[in-house]
Amino acid sequence: MNKPIVEVGTVGLVDDLSGTIPSKPKLGDKLLEGKQEKVGVVGLFDDPHALVKAAEKVRDAGWKQWDCHTPFPVHGLDAAMGLGWSKLPTIALSLGFTGAALALLMQYWMSAVSYPVHIGGKPLFSWPAFVPITFEMFVLFTAAGTVLTGLWMCKLGRWHSPLHDSGVMAEVSSSRFALVLSAKDELWSDGARSLLDEAGCTDVRDLFEDVDDGRIL
Amino acid sequence: MSARPVTTEDLLPFPLVPEGTTAKDIDDAVSLPMESFPTRRWWIAFSFSLGLLLIFSVNVTITVSQGIGTWGVNNPVGWGFAIVNLVFWIGIGHAGTLISAILFLFRQHWRTAIARFAEAMTLFAVLCAVQFPVLHTGRPWLAIYWMVPYPNHNNLWTNFRSPLEWDVFAISTYGTVSFLFWFLGLIPDLALARDRAKHPLRKFIYGLLSLGWNGSNRAWSHYERAYGLFAAIATPLVLSVHSVISFDFAASIVPGWHTTIFPPYFVAGAILSGFAMVTLVVVLLRKMFNLQHLVTESHLEVMNKIMLATALMVGYAYASEFFVAWYSGVLYEKYVFLNRAMGPYAWGYWSMVTCNVFVPQLLWFKKFRRNPWLMVPIVILVNVGMWFERFVIIVTSLHRDYLPAAWGMYHPTWVDAGLLVGSFGLFFTLVLLFVRFLPTIAVSELKGAVLQKHAGAHHE
Repeated sequence: MNKPIVEVGTVGLVDDLSGTIPSKPKLGDKLLEGKQEKVGVVGLFDDPHALVKAAEKVRDAGWKQWDCHTPFPVHGLDAAMGLGWSKLPTIALSLGFTGAALALLMQYWMSAVSYPVHIGGKPLFSWPAFVPITFEMFVLFTAAGTVLTGLWMCKLGRWHSPLHDSGVMAEVSSSRFALVLSAKDELWSDGARSLLDEAGCTDVRDLFEDVDDGRIL
Repeated sequence: MSARPVTTEDLLPFPLVPEGTTAKDIDDAVSLPMESFPTRRWWIAFSFSLGLLLIFSVNVTITVSQGIGTWGVNNPVGWGFAIVNLVFWIGIGHAGTLISAILFLFRQHWRTAIARFAEAMTLFAVLCAVQFPVLHTGRPWLAIYWMVPYPNHNNLWTNFRSPLEWDVFAISTYGTVSFLFWFLGLIPDLALARDRAKHPLRKFIYGLLSLGWNGSNRAWSHYERAYGLFAAIATPLVLSVHSVISFDFAASIVPGWHTTIFPPYFVAGAILSGFAMVTLVVVLLRKMFNLQHLVTESHLEVMNKIMLATALMVGYAYASEFFVAWYSGVLYEKYVFLNRAMGPYAWGYWSMVTCNVFVPQLLWFKKFRRNPWLMVPIVILVNVGMWFERFVIIVTSLHRDYLPAAWGMYHPTWVDAGLLVGSFGLFFTLVLLFVRFLPTIAVSELKGAVLQKHAGAHHE
């Protein structure tokens, strides 16, 4: 789409986009070395209840590229955002059952095919004795599957976020609730922030993202 | 009457935090140990633990360089302190999974404040536990070849019908799953630590570990399902692990071991010892870091109630073992149990009964359940008792079995004692490093449970 690019400049602190330049940068402050582009707007709420109400409005307006950011999972927000049930357990459990099948197959092959040991005519494929390891492998594969699927579905391992670049993440981690409207959405226009104003948000800010500066954090 | 939806608050047996606690208060209290220079109390505890860890290292060196001939194991008692310690430490770990998984499934929200401690404890206890069987192989550097089925020149495989091989899979799965569960819970709190960090190095390390978590609700919705699934699989896992450990004994034909009561009996004992250890660690840490308002006396009281319940189960198991030995009419079974209570190791047996069954009866009194200084001796004694339980099971059954000509006594050596004492050094060193560098309380979960009371009512 036609992404609006706003060049903020080469000086200034991330936490301070209003234009005033603090006298001396402190250790730990991140200087804007390159350019930032505007990628959306963010509305900050103090009350999770208000966020849920606003999310319903955005959902009903037909937005697709938007998200809420909260310090803890807020009850009812999934429904308010129109999110369905996560498919994660289905994928993780399928991996788990695959692990169980592989474990049983491994024990069968090693005990009955590769190196059969005949002891008093006892069965080579004595499956009840193979249950514990089959079960443990089911659990191990499900757990590993949950983590890997989770990393992928939660889009983790992507250390860079516009919330950091715009300096709102610290507030969100602690106690505030953010609603982000992305400029990538088809409904995006310069008036998008009025949607948040209408939803009762008193703290609406532009959201910026660093143009790739080669850092991972 | 308009029905009010059930909120988290309705399900709590007591308020989690004092009235008026804000999100910032919780963040500050939990982050304080990570963000400030360690206190004197921490340094004292840490040096003491390091001292014990040094003892452990010295004895590991002796064992590895000279072999397990330095231990007291011999015929007829081939499993000595090492296996006692293995079962003891695995048991300690079980409380962590119980708190993080089983109590989660039962929606016991009070667990929030202690779940992280307990999960970390599980991880460290499993780490202590695995030292012993690996050292017991005599050549730890070759242990992996004997334990894991791998394609080798002789086409030989491990014996999948052996409970010892089941143990390899059960304990390694347990360790891995406990770590993943713990790490999954840590991610949002590491993100908080990242966003609070002032120093660029801290920001970098916590940032790296938190995997770029940004609190997105699209992520939270998967995250919560992942957490629930983890709890659902960790629950049968924790029960299976100690059951498999008990199969090491129950699947043999040694009198006193060959019994079907072992799996539930071992699990109940594990929960008792694990809760005793969690209570001990929590009492010390809340004092050390001034977390008394987040980990309240009501938390301790609930844990003590669980200890009392499991102590009764364990007591019932002791009685039932005796009854079944008598009722079976098997000469050897009857002898083993009489020998436990009246033979040369009677001191071990009665230490076990006193510490695990009689001492916890004090917890019927509210005062003992709520006063940290009164419960500390109780939980220490319970841990002593649970160690003796494993000692009694292993040593008394082995030292006199079928053939009187093959009877003998077990004499542990200084190396055995050093490894046991030293393993506590390994455990507490890791616990103290954990409380120094990672969030000790599940901040996001606690904030969710505390701050959501108004928002919770809103559903479609």
